Amino acid sequence: MSHHIIDFNNVHYTYPDGTEALKGISFRITHGESVGVVGANGAGKSTMISHMNGYLMPSSGTITIGDSKLDKTTLHEARRSVGIVFQNPDDQLFMPTVFDDVAFGPLNLGLPKDKVIERVNEALTTTGCFHLKDKPPHHLSLGQKRAVTIAGVIAMHPDILVMDEPASNLDPGSRRNLIDLLLQFRHSKIIASHDLDLILDVCDRCIVIGDGRIRADGPAREILLNEELLRENNLELPLSFQKREHKNKLNSTGGNMTELEKLKHLLKHWMEHNEAHMKTYTEWAEKADGLDRKDISDILRQIVEDSNKLNGLFRKAEEII
Amino acid sequence: MHMADALLSPAVGATLWTGTLGAIAYCTRKLRNNIDEKIIPLMGILGAFIFAAQMINFTIPGTGSSGHIGGGMLLAILLGPYAGFITIASVLIIQSLFFADGGILALGCNIWNLGIYPCFIAYPLIFKLLVKEDLSKSRITLASVMSVVTALQLGAFSVVVETLLSGRSELPFGAFTAMMLPIHLAIGLVEGFITAGVVNYVRSARPEIIKSTFDSKPLAPAVSIRKVVLTLGIAALITGGSLSWFASTHPDGLEWSVEKVHGSPELSSSETGITAMFEKIQTMTALLPDYGFRQEEGAEGTAGAKSWPAVNSGTSISGVIGSLMVLGTVLLIGLFIRSGNRSRAKG
Amino acid sequence: MSAFNPEYFNIGHLDTLSYRHTFVHDLNPVIKLIVTLVFILLVVSFPKYEIQGIVPFFMFPLFMIIAGEIPAGVIFKKLLVVSPFVLFIGIFNPMLDKEIIYRVFGVPVSGGWISYGSLIIRFILTVSSALLLIATTSFPGICLALEKLRVPKIFIVQLLFLYRYTFVLAEEVMKIIKARNMRSFGKKGKDIKSFISITGVLLVRSIERSERIYQAICSRGFDGQIRLLKDFRLRGTDILFALVTISIFIIFRKYAIADMLGGLLI
Repeated sequence: MSHHIIDFNNVHYTYPDGTEALKGISFRITHGESVGVVGANGAGKSTMISHMNGYLMPSSGTITIGDSKLDKTTLHEARRSVGIVFQNPDDQLFMPTVFDDVAFGPLNLGLPKDKVIERVNEALTTTGCFHLKDKPPHHLSLGQKRAVTIAGVIAMHPDILVMDEPASNLDPGSRRNLIDLLLQFRHSKIIASHDLDLILDVCDRCIVIGDGRIRADGPAREILLNEELLRENNLELPLSFQKREHKNKLNSTGGNMTELEKLKHLLKHWMEHNEAHMKTYTEWAEKADGLDRKDISDILRQIVEDSNKLNGLFRKAEEII
Repeated sequence: MHMADALLSPAVGATLWTGTLGAIAYCTRKLRNNIDEKIIPLMGILGAFIFAAQMINFTIPGTGSSGHIGGGMLLAILLGPYAGFITIASVLIIQSLFFADGGILALGCNIWNLGIYPCFIAYPLIFKLLVKEDLSKSRITLASVMSVVTALQLGAFSVVVETLLSGRSELPFGAFTAMMLPIHLAIGLVEGFITAGVVNYVRSARPEIIKSTFDSKPLAPAVSIRKVVLTLGIAALITGGSLSWFASTHPDGLEWSVEKVHGSPELSSSETGITAMFEKIQTMTALLPDYGFRQEEGAEGTAGAKSWPAVNSGTSISGVIGSLMVLGTVLLIGLFIRSGNRSRAKG
Repeated sequence: MSAFNPEYFNIGHLDTLSYRHTFVHDLNPVIKLIVTLVFILLVVSFPKYEIQGIVPFFMFPLFMIIAGEIPAGVIFKKLLVVSPFVLFIGIFNPMLDKEIIYRVFGVPVSGGWISYGSLIIRFILTVSSALLLIATTSFPGICLALEKLRVPKIFIVQLLFLYRYTFVLAEEVMKIIKARNMRSFGKKGKDIKSFISITGVLLVRSIERSERIYQAICSRGFDGQIRLLKDFRLRGTDILFALVTISIFIIFRKYAIADMLGGLLI
């Protein structure tokens, strides 16, 4: 259990060109925690992540992974216990097929062949990529690539999973799948991201980094709703809260939104959309009439009618809540 | 100037393959003993970079047509001779398979022509010597242009020699050389300036990369003169060996082509020379034990000792029909297997 | 440096084809590689003026195209793109070798035309067989075959990296070209100067990418060795395929089977 600990103690790091990227970072993450790391571009998130398995070594200060201080002798162990998923999947998927790529880590651990195959299959099944096994990475979508990079890391059975911008450039559906996947993991998780909603969904704790220092460290819900703190660090409230603030200024207390409240909010949102669409359908139906295409305008009017019914259903659901 | 399978005889192809494989083995041993792990992804990426850079077309000055770069010397400069050679070889393999450039048998020649010269002649003997410790823009430009031009001239000349030794083309040595060298001089100058420009760009954007290529041992293992001489010796031995062996079976080897230009009637004797060479190849490789069979049959059919097969129209018609029968049969077999694919896919 | 032709770089199609499953695709890659090599070697071993003997060798590409369900157009287009060098070198044969050696229904044909024809046939056969090899065998499969044939590991790893990142960088470069074409009207932007700076940017980005890749592979326990797991079984079908095709090739190389068959019919 003690393996699942990562501890930074006053870590400083200066790049060879003189840029001071970390100016005394201290935190401790213990077993099973899931921690979001947020901060503006250039705040030091990626530099910090590069320290977590010893790709970069601190200029001063110490890092402890599990029981042992991170240095040249413990590097291999640290890389086994901390699995990092990097920002750009193309940098990480370097083997010619999905299977080979996921097998790369387990093979480096020196596992026997059958064990490696078992691990690969398990990791691919967990991430929902088993059917992609024999494909080359350039035949995958970005969402699939991301899932495969995660499979490649979890196949090594790390104690701590670290991710750098896991949701960047994903379409909404793939992003949702990713969040569901992250919620399944019982590893300690560290997620650096600009996607504050994702962090809100997945993490209990949040660390804000700015200019190489820790600006705040506490429960995710508190930190991510502290507008002032976020603004100071070039961040904004999570989108899901922005809307609420804006729509229900009167009864908003900013804090705990229940699932049902969220749904109610969403229903309103859907209704608005639907109404806007209905207007467009009607406009086009008129245009179709103008072009003497009654066949098209009839269908469009049918759609308007159905959309109207749909709105009734939305309203009904809202009333029940 | 990729050499093509169709222009090669098996002997020339195999000889160059042997030399190339030797060089690959030598370089991999060098790299294994003296490796900076970082160079492994770097080599792959720079190889891919060469393809990517080839996809960007530019207007060739003075011609208005567009061209793309070769990039061999650039790889040698950025990676050093050993890693550079392996990377060039990998690039050429992909080109021969995916781009159909050259062919599999000609790959040996192409790796030799486009890899050995930049990495083991132009880089140590010209680029390194000219640049030494001086990483100024003008030095890099001078060294790049000189080394690219030299490497390309040697490569182009090798294409001529390989084609002539193979005896598939009628092009005479003199005319062929006179055609290839000036073209590749022009190409070399353009490519040389581009190489220089790119190296200088990297030098100003990321000076440490160029510096590390020059300083660090693992990226660019110091090339000792002894080794260069050794490599050159082996190179000379292989080329010379095949040349002299050609010359011995066919004493007037190169003149034969020249005579052809003047319409000399000495055709038949030179043809037997070629045939003799083929027979020698056959006994050497033992791949085709009864090689001469068709020639003998052919010789009966024609007056004189010519090496082409029988050419009376009777046999040629039967040949055409026979070929069609063979191809038709294969077509049927293929279709049968194809239907197998289908049913398997369904099942 | 050579002439620019976009079709030359269209490797995505062949690559996609190579991941399908047919009788030919499923053959052991080592076997396919060896058969292809033997084929090429036998084709180029024909003497200069041979045509009749070589023609039956079309059976191999024909078989691969049909049984491997490869669209012939793809192969044909690729052939055209790379043909100029050989066509150009070969055209000197009919110009220089004018001795009449052959009459087709009374029309004289010179040795040069025969050898040129032979050259073109060789070209089509050798290049198409290489293309068909890659269209029916995934590149990783070919690398594995090379490994089985004792090609040094570090070389194989290079090929794998190269294959993988050719697609990534190609995508990147397409974006750069698009941006260039959108901002350069007419010919401007394609001069050597802007080519050098584009290439320079691309090179620096590529080097930076290789640093990130290095970091990523280190994170997964890289220790200087790249290990491969895959293994291909050698089935009875594979051995049978090799035996049958190679012996047919050799028989056709040694004896004028086509002539004999045609003769029987006549």
